[in-house]
Amino acid sequence: MGGEPLGTGSAVPRGRRRGVPDGGPFRVKARVMEPDDMRRALVRIAHEIVERNKGTDGLVLMGIRTRGAPLAQRLRDAIASFEGVQVPVGALDVSLYRDDVGLRGPRGLEATTVPGNLDARIVVLVDDVLYTGRTIRAAFDALLDLGRPRAVRLAVLVDRGHRELPIRADFVGKNLPTATSEVVRVRVAEIDGEDAVLIGEGAGEATG
Amino acid sequence: MIPQHLLSIDQLDETAITRILDTARGLRSVTDRPLKKLPTLRGRTVCNLFYEPSTRTRVSFELAAKRLSADVINFQADARSSVSKGESLKDTAWTLEAMGVDALVVRHPSSGAAAQLSRWVRARVINAGDGRHEHPTQALLDLFSMRERFGTLAGLKVVIVGDIAHSRVARSNVKGLVTMGADVTLVGPPTLVPPQVESWGAKVSYDLDAVLDDADVCYLLRVQRERLGAPAFPTLREYAALWGLDRARAARLKPDALVMHPGPINRGVEIAADVADLPRAVILEQVANGVAVRMSLLYLMLGGAEEPPGGGR
Repeated sequence: MGGEPLGTGSAVPRGRRRGVPDGGPFRVKARVMEPDDMRRALVRIAHEIVERNKGTDGLVLMGIRTRGAPLAQRLRDAIASFEGVQVPVGALDVSLYRDDVGLRGPRGLEATTVPGNLDARIVVLVDDVLYTGRTIRAAFDALLDLGRPRAVRLAVLVDRGHRELPIRADFVGKNLPTATSEVVRVRVAEIDGEDAVLIGEGAGEATG
Repeated sequence: MIPQHLLSIDQLDETAITRILDTARGLRSVTDRPLKKLPTLRGRTVCNLFYEPSTRTRVSFELAAKRLSADVINFQADARSSVSKGESLKDTAWTLEAMGVDALVVRHPSSGAAAQLSRWVRARVINAGDGRHEHPTQALLDLFSMRERFGTLAGLKVVIVGDIAHSRVARSNVKGLVTMGADVTLVGPPTLVPPQVESWGAKVSYDLDAVLDDADVCYLLRVQRERLGAPAFPTLREYAALWGLDRARAARLKPDALVMHPGPINRGVEIAADVADLPRAVILEQVANGVAVRMSLLYLMLGGAEEPPGGGR
């Protein structure tokens, strides 16, 4: 869940790292995706998911809270527009499975929703930013407590590099070379009132 | 802001209570699914330090801690423990802390015991009932149960009936409900309604029948025979007739009104045997919600940084 700390429109207040200065307020350096760019990237990913799966059989989309959840719904809508099928969509809150519980303040929780049984399904995890890979590792644990999918795939809007775990995405909207000092924020209309991908600095606590 | 120790509901403002209840809501879905275990508090140790008998509070805290993968120690101060050899609360707490306990959940017959304990130890202290003072986690689970049913607490009409004077549950509930904007009326025998209650922000009535029709929640307190010294009312039968919720009174409640009770219930005293089994009596729902609310608290209090700021001996 990279790039979303302190999002002003966030539904749930985020925990702050205790005693660590956050580098001041977020300052935007560049807008790297506009609403049309995001829409095109998501439509392409939707096509790739269906192509790779040879149809929609057994597909389930699970968005990772917070901003992966609306992105998963948009992928569902895109797939419905060209396949005529509503793929089941759920949402996963991975806060309780993170490996940094105890290193930073506790995060607010949102509900995990599961669209039926996940056993033997093809689950596509959807997140906004892929960064360290630790959010995805936590998502694996959260997912496997809910069932035993036949396969798990990963779709992200932005891959900003700097992995700390051997994890890669199957579907990527945009590869974005960044410095670790930079902060990537994805803004989505459902939560933030606009669609955009921003690079900036400060207020950084990217975790994804 | 979630406090380092939870000693009184006074420490929680509306934002903090909302945060605890929202988090509990996320956790409630876990308690309803087949695999109920979460890895969140692996390696943390929670000690239940109980100087009074308890079933639901102790089991509820134990289950909450275990579902978050914390290790749990249950310490019951009775003839089998060193308390019977004269060990003080302070020495007992220091002994437990020396073994590496991260949180102490304390129930004690003396008001203020939890607050005193929090000045002696580095571990987080959660008050699970201290004398006639407070029982904040009971209030939180009651607030959660009401909010789940009605959607909001603001403007909710809650009538709390019974022994207000000796009830830590009433004290915590009134303050929590008032913080959240509910409209609270306390009803009971004049001998058991302390004079200062109006400073808590609640109304007072001595006529149950006059306040029932309008109530969204009728919250019955247990008649605590163990805390009543000189009899405050002549007989249990008289109490039941004047202050008990019987069939006839329950029938006058609004269609969607709830009957609540912190347990354990005295059937036939504060609540008629068959009223306790009505669909509107959500006593077991309160118990189930208690686990989620305590998970929420343990997560919010122990899920942060290792070293609490300040504190210690």
